[in-house]
Amino acid sequence: MAKQFLSGDEAFAYGIRLARPHVISAYPITPQTIVVEKLSEFVEDGSLKSEFIHVESEHSALSCAIGASSVGARAFTATSSQGLLYMAECLPYASGGRFPIVMMNANRSTALPWNIYGDQRDSLSQLDSGWIQAYAENAQESLDLALMGYYIAEHKAVSTPFMANLDGFVLTHTYEVVDVPSQEQADEFLPPYRTENKMDLSNPKNLAFSAGPDTNSIFKYKEHIGVLKAKSVISEAEQKFETIFGRRYTGLTENYKTEDADYILITLGSISGLVREIVDKLREQGEKVGLLKIRYMRPFPNEEIAQAVKNAKSVSVLEKDISFGNEGAVYTNVNSALQKAGINIPTSNYIGGLGGKNISPQEIENIFAEMKNGISDIKFLGIGGV
Amino acid sequence: MKPFLREKIPVNFEDIPETTSYEAGYLVTKNAGWRNVRPVIDTSKCVGCLNCYLYCPDGVIFKKDGKVAVDYDFCKGCGICQKICRLGAIELEAEK
Amino acid sequence: MAVNAKTLNETEFFYGHKACAGCGGSLAVRIALKVLGENAIAVLPAGCMSAVGFNFPQLCFGNNAIISTFAGTASMLTGVQAGLKAQGITDFHAVGFAGDGGTADIGIQALSGAIDRNDDILYICYDNEAYMNTGIQKSSLTPFGAKTTTTPAGKNIHGNIRPKKNMFEIVAAHNIPYAATASIGYLNDFMKKVEKAKNIKGTKYIHILAPCPTGWGIKTDETVEIAKEVVDCGLWYLAEYENGNFTLNHKPNEFSDIEKYLKKQARFRHLTDDDIEIIRKSRDEKWKYINKNFK
Repeated sequence: MAKQFLSGDEAFAYGIRLARPHVISAYPITPQTIVVEKLSEFVEDGSLKSEFIHVESEHSALSCAIGASSVGARAFTATSSQGLLYMAECLPYASGGRFPIVMMNANRSTALPWNIYGDQRDSLSQLDSGWIQAYAENAQESLDLALMGYYIAEHKAVSTPFMANLDGFVLTHTYEVVDVPSQEQADEFLPPYRTENKMDLSNPKNLAFSAGPDTNSIFKYKEHIGVLKAKSVISEAEQKFETIFGRRYTGLTENYKTEDADYILITLGSISGLVREIVDKLREQGEKVGLLKIRYMRPFPNEEIAQAVKNAKSVSVLEKDISFGNEGAVYTNVNSALQKAGINIPTSNYIGGLGGKNISPQEIENIFAEMKNGISDIKFLGIGGV
Repeated sequence: MKPFLREKIPVNFEDIPETTSYEAGYLVTKNAGWRNVRPVIDTSKCVGCLNCYLYCPDGVIFKKDGKVAVDYDFCKGCGICQKICRLGAIELEAEK
Repeated sequence: MAVNAKTLNETEFFYGHKACAGCGGSLAVRIALKVLGENAIAVLPAGCMSAVGFNFPQLCFGNNAIISTFAGTASMLTGVQAGLKAQGITDFHAVGFAGDGGTADIGIQALSGAIDRNDDILYICYDNEAYMNTGIQKSSLTPFGAKTTTTPAGKNIHGNIRPKKNMFEIVAAHNIPYAATASIGYLNDFMKKVEKAKNIKGTKYIHILAPCPTGWGIKTDETVEIAKEVVDCGLWYLAEYENGNFTLNHKPNEFSDIEKYLKKQARFRHLTDDDIEIIRKSRDEKWKYINKNFK
């Protein structure tokens, strides 16, 4: 292991190099670009032996990765925002075909209005695409997710593509000290990709076919089970990861001081760091507050959330998303988890950070304060209720 | 490998693959029912030039004893073979 | 040994499919796969040939084959060849079969990208001159005057008002290693071109005219002869592009009757004498260009 000073994008590229993908399809988009730049440098200096393909669009980026996966190759691509939407047709294609591609998405706002800064409306709009969705909090986790992504996606029980999300700029462009594992450690963690789901010259197959009304729902059911099975495989991957690398992750969610908390704020991605600081500050003042960070939006941590908040008086969801005409997607999912578990407490939704707007410590403190009102509300941070 | 008819039609849950991937050339239905007319080879006129074999869109005409024969399971009766045969060795007979 | 009906691989790789009787596109796919052999890995986008060949559990390709997204024929081919190459596998032929809409409209960007990268793929466009799978709508390869379900022929407008896009020369303008035009009416010529492409590294493109009896309004037994006639009357041509040069492979001594060719097809039956004169003039212009620039 070696310590390096890396941005989130760079850390992810280091993780990908350790995963030794056969094929990388690259197309630039801010704030993802550094990933493909870095990978091209690795190919140039000989430290990464991959077919590096300069595709002409994001649609082709994912289509190319699917093609590579369809012959049993390990494939990687990366995108962001408009790029994710441009390739959107290929997302359910990859998941329906059960091609375990890993893709990094730099979370960025979607036009209009144009904006290159971070929010999570891009990836959250694709929750139903059939991909596993993970959200990193820092650069170290970014690198680690690159490696774990392949382990989880390629697991025979899962066979589902993996989208690792990094908050645009806040995470992609912020430099931190990162432990970069050795190739030997990475190889010990991640076995080579082996699959029957491929075109093979010695065992010809027809792939990506049509399935009519009589069998279609069976294929979709099996796909759903695959994503659900990722839950236990994520846990298995994290145990193995800890054994080899000494870093421990906590599955679909991460609880921080939730055990005795009356008021719990639920978040996604890099904002969690700031919320953790506010929790510490309020705890010092005697407030019983906690943080529940969602690490995976798919498979969704229904039980984990219910378990963590079952004794709370109120919860709020702070998210960088809005499903226009309704509420934030995370909030919808959280409410569903609580309802299924029979937990009937006030829940509020705070929509913030859109288009990269800063979320201040004071705003987070205010959210915790407002939870004591015992009402459910939906608010745009800094603007007001709707 | 030439695709061929199989006995087993996978429709039950346990027969459906986990992925959209399956054995190549797996046929479960014939095309014979599409046909109004059937091409019949007059082997006394056929010289085995193979033009009909070459131009058949369904590939159902095959070489046999220096001449040709038809796989009636998959012939759709389009009539291209009859038209292309310079020797008039193919007749189209109405299907009953 | 020259590839012809006698020497052709006897195995059928595209069999039992549900294409309409007399389908020209299926003939092009069938013959190309017989020339390429069992190590062909076929990519077919949404379109007629995937719709008729991949209905689980009726799977009609004997070789490895996959459906791509409509726009993604070339990009998926890129991934297939890169994925195999990265695993040290080299004895394969990555071949795409896309229709006219899948090639000249929605797939042209990915195709251009693949040629630009000179990926080792063979891209075959089976051109039936409209979106036939969705029920005969105009594409950019629909010829002038053709009636389709989105270019109706009435008193005011006589079918499609725009000429056919020149896909062959658009592809050639990328300085591609090999490009060719072909017709299912001239299969020996087509087989020779597939055989040639099979042995060239880099991107290869073959544009084969493949009439559709349903969309063109001809009888099912007329597909091959109409595909021959379109070449004989000069509305299509058999040519190659290689090493920066265009070569004409088949020069009719005298064009056959253009009106006879057109009026045989329901899609052109409404054309007036003036319309036909426009088509004749544009053919003559094209041939002036061909005679000047093609060897």
